[in-house]
Amino acid sequence: MTETAPVLVIACGAIARELVRIKDLNNWEHIEFQCLPAELHNTPDRIPLEVKAKIESQASRFKKVFVAYADCGTGGMLNKVIDEYGIERIPGAHCYEFYADSGDFRALAEEEVGSFYLTDFLVRHFDRLVIKGLGLDRRPQLKPVYFRNYKRMVYLAQTESEKLQAMARQQADFLGLDYIYRYYGDGPLSLLLKPQLTQEGT
Amino acid sequence: MTEEYGNEKYDDEEIILAELLDDELVEQMHDDLYDGLAEEVAEGTQILLDRGWSATKVLEEALVAGMTIVGVDFRDGILFVPEVLMSASSMKAGMALLKPILSQTGARPTGTMVVGTVKGDIHDIGKNLVGMMMEGAGFEVIDLGINVEAATYIDAIEEHKANILGMSALLTTTMPYMKVVIDAMKEKGIRDDYIVLVGGAPLNDEFGEAIGADAYCRDAATVVEVAKELLALAS
Repeated sequence: MTETAPVLVIACGAIARELVRIKDLNNWEHIEFQCLPAELHNTPDRIPLEVKAKIESQASRFKKVFVAYADCGTGGMLNKVIDEYGIERIPGAHCYEFYADSGDFRALAEEEVGSFYLTDFLVRHFDRLVIKGLGLDRRPQLKPVYFRNYKRMVYLAQTESEKLQAMARQQADFLGLDYIYRYYGDGPLSLLLKPQLTQEGT
Repeated sequence: MTEEYGNEKYDDEEIILAELLDDELVEQMHDDLYDGLAEEVAEGTQILLDRGWSATKVLEEALVAGMTIVGVDFRDGILFVPEVLMSASSMKAGMALLKPILSQTGARPTGTMVVGTVKGDIHDIGKNLVGMMMEGAGFEVIDLGINVEAATYIDAIEEHKANILGMSALLTTTMPYMKVVIDAMKEKGIRDDYIVLVGGAPLNDEFGEAIGADAYCRDAATVVEVAKELLALAS
């Protein structure tokens, strides 16, 4: 029989890289990640259903399950699912909040309500998730319909990659938005995960 | 030129809208709305008007009926947001020709609705679709835009003697503001004077009920149905 890790983390594919880095940094050998597709963010009503299916099929193999999602546009429906199983998730409304730490994120949002946020993942997959996801490849004339109320793009960076910064700048230009760069690293997310995922806490 | 798909052959010769009979033209306009062809929808609208159709008849039978098909297919997951937006801009092209005529007829609107996206939120695609569909259904629509404060909603429903207040939010962080607005209406003692409808991707029936709205509406076509239903009950 194969040995399984005692803790299952059901995670959004969009934060997988960061989770793996945090796991390695903390030597969390007791954790197994299982990711759901990042594309679910374009249809957030499906997130609770997919998380539930994963819990149903996998939870019995683990001592503890943790959900590495924020509310992520589910309007409380994800909470409803995890509450049913006594499982916890990352606090906050969405990944921008836990990447930036919630105080900073609130300040950014209050400073300019028309802020369009990017993370490393979104910069890397901008074409697939933003351009194709919004149908701008097929209907480029819809760009102003989607983006006319935005004033600036805020790149909340997890790494200090010059390549990603250059890409983000181009993406801001493409959308006709001002560009702001904020580097946070993995710190804010790591702080939120530690109480949940350190071995003593499991 | 003829293209072949399987065993069937389809002509892709250009259709001359002006040569179609009325019912064929209306059917073609439904197809053009579905395909987001704004110029063709505007042309079809003008042809029907030139043939003596009333603006109301063109609106109801050609445009609203066509958008209803789009709405149903969106609800069923056959069409997606980009396609619906293209259809909406086609309907707008037709509406632009009808609006001046409709306003001249002086017909009383079915009702008046104030709509807006709540404070802290700038997403207006759904709200704009609602405004357009409600106008198509004969409502006067006062659109307050985005990032709307409670006091602005309340001033507008009072000033325009609205029957319905519609609030939209796309973010989990902004949807609770709908309750702030409803609570402010309660404090003023005017909550029960209005039908309050709420919508937006992260919302659901349970949330609508919890904040004291009259209904949560999952899409623009549902807003029209629910608005008519609740107005009939209220009168």
